[in-house]
Amino acid sequence: MSLLPHLPAGVVRAVVRAPARVLSTPAAEVDPLDPSIVALAADLLATQRASPGCVGLAAPQIGVSLRVFSLDVTGHPKARTCHGALVVANPVVRSASRSERGREGCMSVPDLTGDVKRATRLVVSGVLPGSGEPLDIETDAFEARAFQHEIDHLDGLLFLDRVAGGHALHPRKVYL
Amino acid sequence: MSLLAVTLIGHDRPGIIADATSALAELGGNLEDSTMTILRGHFTMVLLVSTTAPLDEVEAELATLTGDGTLEVSVRELPEEQEAAPTDVTPYLLSVHGADRPGIVSEITAVVASAGGNVTDFSTRLTGDLYVLLAEVDLPNTADIDSLRARLVRSSEALDVEASLTVLDSDVM
Repeated sequence: MSLLPHLPAGVVRAVVRAPARVLSTPAAEVDPLDPSIVALAADLLATQRASPGCVGLAAPQIGVSLRVFSLDVTGHPKARTCHGALVVANPVVRSASRSERGREGCMSVPDLTGDVKRATRLVVSGVLPGSGEPLDIETDAFEARAFQHEIDHLDGLLFLDRVAGGHALHPRKVYL
Repeated sequence: MSLLAVTLIGHDRPGIIADATSALAELGGNLEDSTMTILRGHFTMVLLVSTTAPLDEVEAELATLTGDGTLEVSVRELPEEQEAAPTDVTPYLLSVHGADRPGIVSEITAVVASAGGNVTDFSTRLTGDLYVLLAEVDLPNTADIDSLRARLVRSSEALDVEASLTVLDSDVM
């Protein structure tokens, strides 16, 4: 069953690149019932879907310092549990365990990738934009990594703040 | 037996490492530590070689690599260092990123040095306007980490960059 609420057609927005103040600023909580938040969620999903290889997008990445992100790891080879397309407001990590190192990139840092340790078992709660319904998600593997990457954006953190060592940053190879 | 430092910098092409190391092998050189990377498109490598061959012979052998003038090679002798790893330090990773401007590295590393931190690994990348610095730093166990963090925050705010200092954990399997 899809966890995606009914959303209006979103608009593809420009993605902000580092260094940009908004990417280093903790984002504010939102009212999930506010129609502008529903429109923001739709824009995030539309922008993510228009970007090849993009598995998630947080509001600060389109210049909006609010706690909303979209995520969809469907079909990704490293995904195990997959909840399909999601939009989440005001997420909170409830538990995180079993860290593993993996390489990740970011639309806001397009030329670099980094090795980052992330929990591979994750419980996240949040609310659905539009209905305000609570959302509780238990996930693992790549979807857990994507959740943590997006929630970091809402806390003003990039993967550059979390790389695992002095040689953990790499030029992005063109493979798309 | 002497320890030689061989530095190669220049135009990148396939086969530089193979050519350089086969020249060293012919002289009976044994490779110890080495590092190589591409910096802004330039091949950059340092090799430490222990060998009984005299320095000028090694230089002459490697000179064949510099034939077309696009690769610069230098060889010098190094004294042996006592390799006792310090035990009264904790390794940290310092990550700094922000808009490029002159002085980021000097300001930030001066703060680290003032706390007695020794940088053991260091790299920077400039992509577009984004400057990223990663440094592994051994900090004395006696260092006041909170005060170091506070000074790093002050310096990074003045430079308009983000800095984070985290313990570098090494999982032993």
